[in-house]
Amino acid sequence: MTTEMILIGFAGVLAAAAPVLFAVIGETISERAGVINLSMNGTILLSAMASFGVAVTTDNLLLGFLMGSLVGALVALVIAFCNITLKQSQVAVGFVLALICRDLSDFLGNPFVALPGPRLPFAPIAGLSDIPVLGVLFFRQDLMTYMSYLLVFLAWVFIYKTRPGLMLQGIGEKPAAAFVRGANVNRLRYFYTVLGGAIIGLAGPTYSLSVKAGWKGTLSGLDGIGWIALAITIFGGWNPLRAAFGAYLFAFLQWLGLVVQPSFPGIPSQVLQVAPFPLMILTLLLVNIGNAEWVGRTLAALPEPTRRFLAKLLRAMRASPPAALGVPFESE
Amino acid sequence: MMKNSRLINFGFQVLAVLLALGVTTLILLAAGAQPLDAYKNIIRGSVGSFDKFSDVLVAFIPLLITVAGLLITFTAGLWNIGVEGQIILGAISTTWVLRLLQDTSTPPALIIALSLLAGMAGGALWASLAGALKTFGGVNEIFGGLGLNFVATAITIWLIFGPWKRPGVASIGGTESFDSPLWLPTLPESRLSLWALGLAILAIIVIYFLLQGTYFGLRLKAVGKNSKAAYLLGVPTWQYSMMAFMICGAFAGLAGAIQVTAVYHRLIGSISSGYGFLGLLVAMLVNYQAIWAVPVALFFGALNIGGIQLPIILKLDSSITGILQGTLVLFVLMVEGARQRFMKRVGDRQ
Repeated sequence: MTTEMILIGFAGVLAAAAPVLFAVIGETISERAGVINLSMNGTILLSAMASFGVAVTTDNLLLGFLMGSLVGALVALVIAFCNITLKQSQVAVGFVLALICRDLSDFLGNPFVALPGPRLPFAPIAGLSDIPVLGVLFFRQDLMTYMSYLLVFLAWVFIYKTRPGLMLQGIGEKPAAAFVRGANVNRLRYFYTVLGGAIIGLAGPTYSLSVKAGWKGTLSGLDGIGWIALAITIFGGWNPLRAAFGAYLFAFLQWLGLVVQPSFPGIPSQVLQVAPFPLMILTLLLVNIGNAEWVGRTLAALPEPTRRFLAKLLRAMRASPPAALGVPFESE
Repeated sequence: MMKNSRLINFGFQVLAVLLALGVTTLILLAAGAQPLDAYKNIIRGSVGSFDKFSDVLVAFIPLLITVAGLLITFTAGLWNIGVEGQIILGAISTTWVLRLLQDTSTPPALIIALSLLAGMAGGALWASLAGALKTFGGVNEIFGGLGLNFVATAITIWLIFGPWKRPGVASIGGTESFDSPLWLPTLPESRLSLWALGLAILAIIVIYFLLQGTYFGLRLKAVGKNSKAAYLLGVPTWQYSMMAFMICGAFAGLAGAIQVTAVYHRLIGSISSGYGFLGLLVAMLVNYQAIWAVPVALFFGALNIGGIQLPIILKLDSSITGILQGTLVLFVLMVEGARQRFMKRVGDRQ
């Protein structure tokens, strides 16, 4: 394989990670506010279908993307209403919505299956795209890929460097304290859940109008992505930069799977296709195992240098969710 | 007052059903379909004839067994989304035992019994993986279970196309069919096995008494309601969670085993038929109470079977029944929240 091919492969990884990034960053924002959007797998399928349908019917890409975002925001609004106003379990509501949205994408998407549709044009950035190596990697992409870089950066700046971002952290960590300092916790949670949903909703069109252009119903190959994205959110420790690292790693491993597949003809392709899932379990294990009680006990029994090294390693990988994640807030 | 509040509860539940029907009707209209035609076909396709109704029972059996198992994990406060994979591993284990013993001189009845037990063991083993990941690795059972579901499907497909492929052409249609002596006896000209139906009824009865009338059930409830308090009171919490996973897995495995021995007589690619996720919906809908599981599972089974002929007759995707089932659960949850709000407001006023 030539260097050129590897570079193009890597550029493809950056593009393939774009929809995952929208999903993961949207989920991170929602969960930072304390609300889990477990519907993500269904939301991505439904927004992919709806945006493709709109783009095909109107021949307008912008309307397609807006539709995707709208679908994401509406599903998130249902979640926010059930969780914040009606105090129902976030897991139950999210899981049911994941199933409903998947069935809806199937049912309503029937007329659009396998239709030829518009596709987001390739948009190299003049000047920047001629830079050796970096140009091919970063600047010969389409608009949504550029947006995905920008989103990671903006989300990180917002959460850690701005006042509203600090408030967002507060309503997920210590809602009572944020309330005392004058935040309308539940209204903010509504806002960030819907905002997060609108961003998650961009993942669908980024697939159906760009990365995997078209709609093929259950054969679109998107089913399961949302669950992976939820796991990446945890892996990312609710930090946009670490989450982006997770998304790129996932896209890279998927690409690697395709590249090495011909070298192992003995392994059926179905096995490599599910490889991300055991990997997802493994990464969650690495991220969470430091919190387990028996690990602490075992570590304490080890000789000092080994113990210190392992403890440091576990601490680096460990991620703890916002303290009030999934807990309804009542002001009185 | 008591009678009054029961009436209010009932009113809220009727509201949930009406809302779900309303939304489904709107979706049908949006797809350009005649809602009444669709509903008529679903009813005719499920209870229109004895054959159809026996098909409904064929769907009801694995669903009820799965729900029975899920009532245990829900009682322990666990979201066993991995139940789908546990059904699959049950089916795989059953197929494995049937293949192993089919050419020996073991009496067929014994082979069938052993294969059902193997199915339960396989399901329990797969569930224990999700349990161990949660207990020892801190991995939330939702993600552990989901990942294991995908892995279980991959194992099935690998077996069907690899080691267990049909002589000649391997296909997603499944492995070679077993000889009829190894089938769980069914009614003539039907896929309905009264043995399987009996097992399903037995399963829900066992779970009902386990939860209502035993010390184990009581402690399990304590773990589910407040695991920290239960631990302080001396309940070995993680052992109870692990046991809940394995009991549920055994039931799910039995459902998978029945799909192999009584319904398909072979291992097919989609052997779990989504009964795991459907079971989760039923368990949520009955608010985790065993008594209601029977009628609701029957109703959901009827919807599944009734939806089958929609694509043929009305050119509608059968996923509309999934939408109806899902929205029903969603509205029951929403209406429950609204009812609590309403009752609280009434209570505040008094």
